[in-house]
Amino acid sequence: MTISIDPQKTNNESLQPKGWLRYFSFSLDHKVIGIQYLVCGFLFYLIGGTLASAIRIELASPMSDFMPRDVYNQVLTLHGTIMIFLWIVPVVNGAFGNYLIPFYVGARDMAFPRLNAVAFWLIPPSGLMLVASYFVEGAAQAGWTAYPPLSITTPQSGQIIWILSVLLLGGSSIFGGINFIATIIKLRRPGLKLMQLPMYCWAMLGTSLLVVLSTPVLAGTLILLSFDIIANTGFFNPVLGGNVVVYQHLFWFYSHPAVYIMVLPAFGLVSEILPVHARKPLFGYTTMVFSIMGIVVLGLVVWAHHMFTSGTPPWMRLFFTIATAFIAVPTGIKFFNWVATLWGGKISINSAMLFSCGFIINFVFGGITGVALAQVPFDIHVHDTYFVVAHFHYIVYGGTVFIIFSSIYHWFPKVTGKMLNEKLGILHFVITFIGFNLCFAPQHWLGLNGMPRRVAEYDPQFQLVNQISSLGALLMAISTIPFLINVFLSVRNGKNAGDNPWNALTPEWLTSSPPPVENWEGEAPLVEEPYGYGKEISEQK
Amino acid sequence: MTTLDSSKEIQKNNSEVNETHEDFRMFGLITFLIADGMTFAGFFAAYLTYKAVNPLPDGAIYELELPIPTLNTILLLVSSATFHKAGKALLKDKNSDSQKWLFFTAFLGIIFLICQLFEYFHLPFGLTDNLFASTFYALTGFHGLHVTLGTLMILIIAWQSRINGGRLTSQNMFPLEAVELYWHFVDGIWVVLFIILYLL
Repeated sequence: MTISIDPQKTNNESLQPKGWLRYFSFSLDHKVIGIQYLVCGFLFYLIGGTLASAIRIELASPMSDFMPRDVYNQVLTLHGTIMIFLWIVPVVNGAFGNYLIPFYVGARDMAFPRLNAVAFWLIPPSGLMLVASYFVEGAAQAGWTAYPPLSITTPQSGQIIWILSVLLLGGSSIFGGINFIATIIKLRRPGLKLMQLPMYCWAMLGTSLLVVLSTPVLAGTLILLSFDIIANTGFFNPVLGGNVVVYQHLFWFYSHPAVYIMVLPAFGLVSEILPVHARKPLFGYTTMVFSIMGIVVLGLVVWAHHMFTSGTPPWMRLFFTIATAFIAVPTGIKFFNWVATLWGGKISINSAMLFSCGFIINFVFGGITGVALAQVPFDIHVHDTYFVVAHFHYIVYGGTVFIIFSSIYHWFPKVTGKMLNEKLGILHFVITFIGFNLCFAPQHWLGLNGMPRRVAEYDPQFQLVNQISSLGALLMAISTIPFLINVFLSVRNGKNAGDNPWNALTPEWLTSSPPPVENWEGEAPLVEEPYGYGKEISEQK
Repeated sequence: MTTLDSSKEIQKNNSEVNETHEDFRMFGLITFLIADGMTFAGFFAAYLTYKAVNPLPDGAIYELELPIPTLNTILLLVSSATFHKAGKALLKDKNSDSQKWLFFTAFLGIIFLICQLFEYFHLPFGLTDNLFASTFYALTGFHGLHVTLGTLMILIIAWQSRINGGRLTSQNMFPLEAVELYWHFVDGIWVVLFIILYLL
């Protein structure tokens, strides 16, 4: 059965608000929704970043003198939850996915535009709810993992609001995932084969599979946790005969795939950016596709490597160590391919390229510490220390956030029709890169020497290294300033970009900048070789 | 703004081209049901783990009477068949027959819920008595919520399949097919739940 798109219906779009008011409306245009995700996520990033600064100020001295201990716990809980559920997941999936996927599959919009708008509009209210939960008496202070019995025994009103907020954000994520799967599989332009899609489509397909398979388990778990808090049941309460390890299993069944939900789209985005600025085809397209799908399958069966100190039996430790080590193989293939893409290319050193290269450097480092953490003897030594903090910040900040910035520099001309200032962009990169590494590299040493995470006070012998780390955090905070100045200046009086400033071949550059509603005049172009850069040059000769 | 000018042109162009695409609403629904099934899978996994590793306190009652849940299983299986009948009738343009079958299906769903409540009120344990009791109520309650939503949706499409002015016709089968798939899904979950919770 086929559905004919009624032209009258699409004309209703023009009844919606015009100009900047669109971004505050229940718009069905995938490009508007993408920008809504991005700006909303960035505002929450600023809040989460402020909280991170507060944490680093507290840790500049060994005593808890900047804030009381329970406030410290509340701040780090809010920081983690905001950064994961309101900044990285919505931006790297929702923002870029909504903006780019319909272009890449040659469609005029997402498969379910209304569901798409609903998925976005769940985010601001639940985000505000989460921030508000800080101000009620007894804010959540059990970390973003909300492990029982801590989350059951600490003051509860904030924890309940926290659970409701995360449930709504999970719902938003599932709706988004369903939409991406349907768009990529079913809404492809006639004649466009799966193996001709730009790599970001594959990354989003894999990510959405993970979202659909694992997020519901988190939702069920949090419902049980809220029963424990509200109705006094004992699912996860040992006093009432419950089992805390069951919570950990269910939680990490979502939250380990969540790492890939945060990082696979970044893998896809960097695969779009590198070929354009290196003027070479993406190396090893097929192996890239199979690596992504390999990571999806393996990502679902490695969760217990977060639980090596939770009394896991030896066979479980053995299985999860081996499975985790296997993930290094597809990930390694991808890094090999990116380096090979750059090799011998005509590389332009611009902000987008620099942030992508920064991503490769940081992520390789975070990946190596990840393989180390998968080994049980080492993991037991550094479990819940700053080594783990350093590791996952290298993945989510050094990896994904670097790619978010890289993507903003790459697609800003398409979205606004204006170029960003390159000098300010390079300044932004330099401060971010130095600040980031200054902040998190020393934390490996702290963790190896036994400084526990999530504690406001520490042994005075760690003070100097902590102060170096706080200095790095200060630089990271400062790095946001040139970026914001750059965006505001460029939106107002940036250089006109034209339709295709990078001479890129992927379909979003084949329309005007900014793209019109419904993406193309007339039929969507058929792009069979999104990375055919070498051919383009030989044809010019 | 340039966007607005060009967008007007596009819309003019588009109104001349009448594009078609495949109907993928069912595909979206199936994806959603897989996600929903994973929620149940999480609950089942928790239940089975508890059963394996967490001994119940002495004197805890966990024996369940079988007659009511067996009746409930039969009710849901029959309701799946009657729903199928409704779809067949609608396909042959027999709207009033279809409506009758739909009302009968909804009736079976309501009987199921009443039986479930009857069982709840006669069980020897309450929600917070022990781990088994909590898990039992969480699982059956979450499934009951699905049956309630399903029954409401069946009543809505039964109203929509009325002869004069109903939007459900043999040309527009999707609402019926979607609710039918959802209903079969809920039935399937019940069968798994019945085996794991009552028989195992």
